[in-house]
Amino acid sequence: MTTVEIAGIKRRRAKDNVFRYIVYVLTFCCVAVSLIILFYIFQKGITCVNWDLFTKLPKPVGESGGGVLNAIVGSLMLVSVAAVIAIPLGISVGIFLADNRGKAKADRVSIAVDVLQGVPSIVVGMVIYVWVVKPLGIFSALSGSVALAIMMLPPIIKNTEETLVLIPNTLKEASLALGASDFRTTMRILLPTGIGGIFSGAMLGIARIAGEVAPLLFTAFGNPYLSFNLFKPVQSIPLIIFNYGTSPYDDWRRIAWGGSVILVGFILILNFIVKFFESRWKVQF
Amino acid sequence: MVKGEPGGRSLFISKCIVSLPELEMSNSKVLKNKIFLKSINGSAIFVMLLLVGFFLTLLYAAWPALRANGFSFLWGKTWDPVRDNYGMLPFLIGTLITSFLALFISAPFAIGAALFLGEYYPHGTVSNILRNIIELLAAIPSVVYGFWGLFVIVPYVQTFEHKLNIPSSGLGIFSASLVLSIMLIPYSVSLIRQVISMTPIQLKEAAYALGCTRTEVIMKVILPSNLSGISAGFLLSLGRALGETMAVTILIGNSPKLPNSIVSASNTMASLIANEFNEAVGSTYTASLVEIGLLLFIVTTIINLLGRMIIKKVSVKL
Repeated sequence: MTTVEIAGIKRRRAKDNVFRYIVYVLTFCCVAVSLIILFYIFQKGITCVNWDLFTKLPKPVGESGGGVLNAIVGSLMLVSVAAVIAIPLGISVGIFLADNRGKAKADRVSIAVDVLQGVPSIVVGMVIYVWVVKPLGIFSALSGSVALAIMMLPPIIKNTEETLVLIPNTLKEASLALGASDFRTTMRILLPTGIGGIFSGAMLGIARIAGEVAPLLFTAFGNPYLSFNLFKPVQSIPLIIFNYGTSPYDDWRRIAWGGSVILVGFILILNFIVKFFESRWKVQF
Repeated sequence: MVKGEPGGRSLFISKCIVSLPELEMSNSKVLKNKIFLKSINGSAIFVMLLLVGFFLTLLYAAWPALRANGFSFLWGKTWDPVRDNYGMLPFLIGTLITSFLALFISAPFAIGAALFLGEYYPHGTVSNILRNIIELLAAIPSVVYGFWGLFVIVPYVQTFEHKLNIPSSGLGIFSASLVLSIMLIPYSVSLIRQVISMTPIQLKEAAYALGCTRTEVIMKVILPSNLSGISAGFLLSLGRALGETMAVTILIGNSPKLPNSIVSASNTMASLIANEFNEAVGSTYTASLVEIGLLLFIVTTIINLLGRMIIKKVSVKL
């Protein structure tokens, strides 16, 4: 028996191995960068997180200490009002897309959703400036929430649609055959069955807008004082990171690092919630 | 009851008749249902109108500038609001260099990671963990990237440039592109990974049967057959890079001059708007900034439509 040596097999094998290691190294780089950035943010910021950060207002330049209470309140206000606007709207567009799947009108709407997702956030801010800030004559929390709500829509719509499509038609037909109206069927059967996916869509939407600054620059604007008024400018955590982080004062930068940790921690927790529930609440039939 | 027996059947029928009136929906229920269906349709139409509204609003707000600046706006080299002289060429160039540089830097890493997660190790715990870690990059807000870049990337770039005898603050196109390339990685990796993992198994098996090594399968089958899908992934990432605002605003150095190298300070279209829109006085100044926003909107819309079309075609083919 003689083994036939394939021409150049050694060289090709070596090449194969080299290529494999290049792929490993490139992947390792991506993973390492992610971990390094997160580690750096937490390492730098965790020392700046203390009780004062959550309970005090920012101090003027030169005085150390102070906190971001106004920004936390503002961010919560902006995000919750945006969620109140976007979640019902997003879910109902999602229901529309799932209902009319395959039809031309659903296709048009889903193209619009894709384009909406790609609109730069700064452009959203500009449009809302013209729509809300100019007529009211003042920067306001409300205008910021409207801008954020628009940015929040696409993930909610997509997740709702994808979840509802997975629910078997027989379930819906059974409900309709019992004489329930479309309204009842949707409210009592479809939405409760798909609640996991819809919930994770809402969480992803919140995670997407929680760190946005660009649409807030010309809408919520920022406010050094505590404000609960929807029709007045408010501060938000991403805005404080932008304004204080780029300032030359060490005290302000410390506050920005603290804010970064709060913000990134919040978004990571939202992501973990989604990951955790995704597998448990997945529609399975 | 035995089938066909008269008593049984009549009982069944009579039950039906008795319960029929209850089945009929009351007027208020019908109305409720109608309102529900209308509002579902309405919300869908609203989303489409939102986009049209965006375009019309930008067009309306940019109208004074469109009239005052004319077409020379596109290739005018000076941006001088004091003399009401507006040309956006520096920002156009700045945007293009920053975005494409970021795309080029991130491309090898994105393809490598996508091959790892889509071809070498598509399943398993380790692959899952690595994928989630890479996706975490998408969770970090743009402004935090900018802030991090200011403290980590900028000093490195500065020392590097001093060694090359280039006087610089470290802020500029190169720093912005570096950070932007990191921000693009999660998007391009997940798009390209999906495309690569959809490669038909028969194609790969045929290549292996011919005696190809894995590298040859990747280079000669997987990548070429997914060329359009992969380019769509990069196109969509480019769309994201063009509109990325906050990180770039912090890192690019904010200069209205035409950039003369990749380390010089510049401005992108998005960062210019972020820097100047609130301070803009005078209708032409504001409108010129809106005009830049309009252009950004049109370009990203076209890119998204194109990317979507290509991806649709690819997934239909398979």
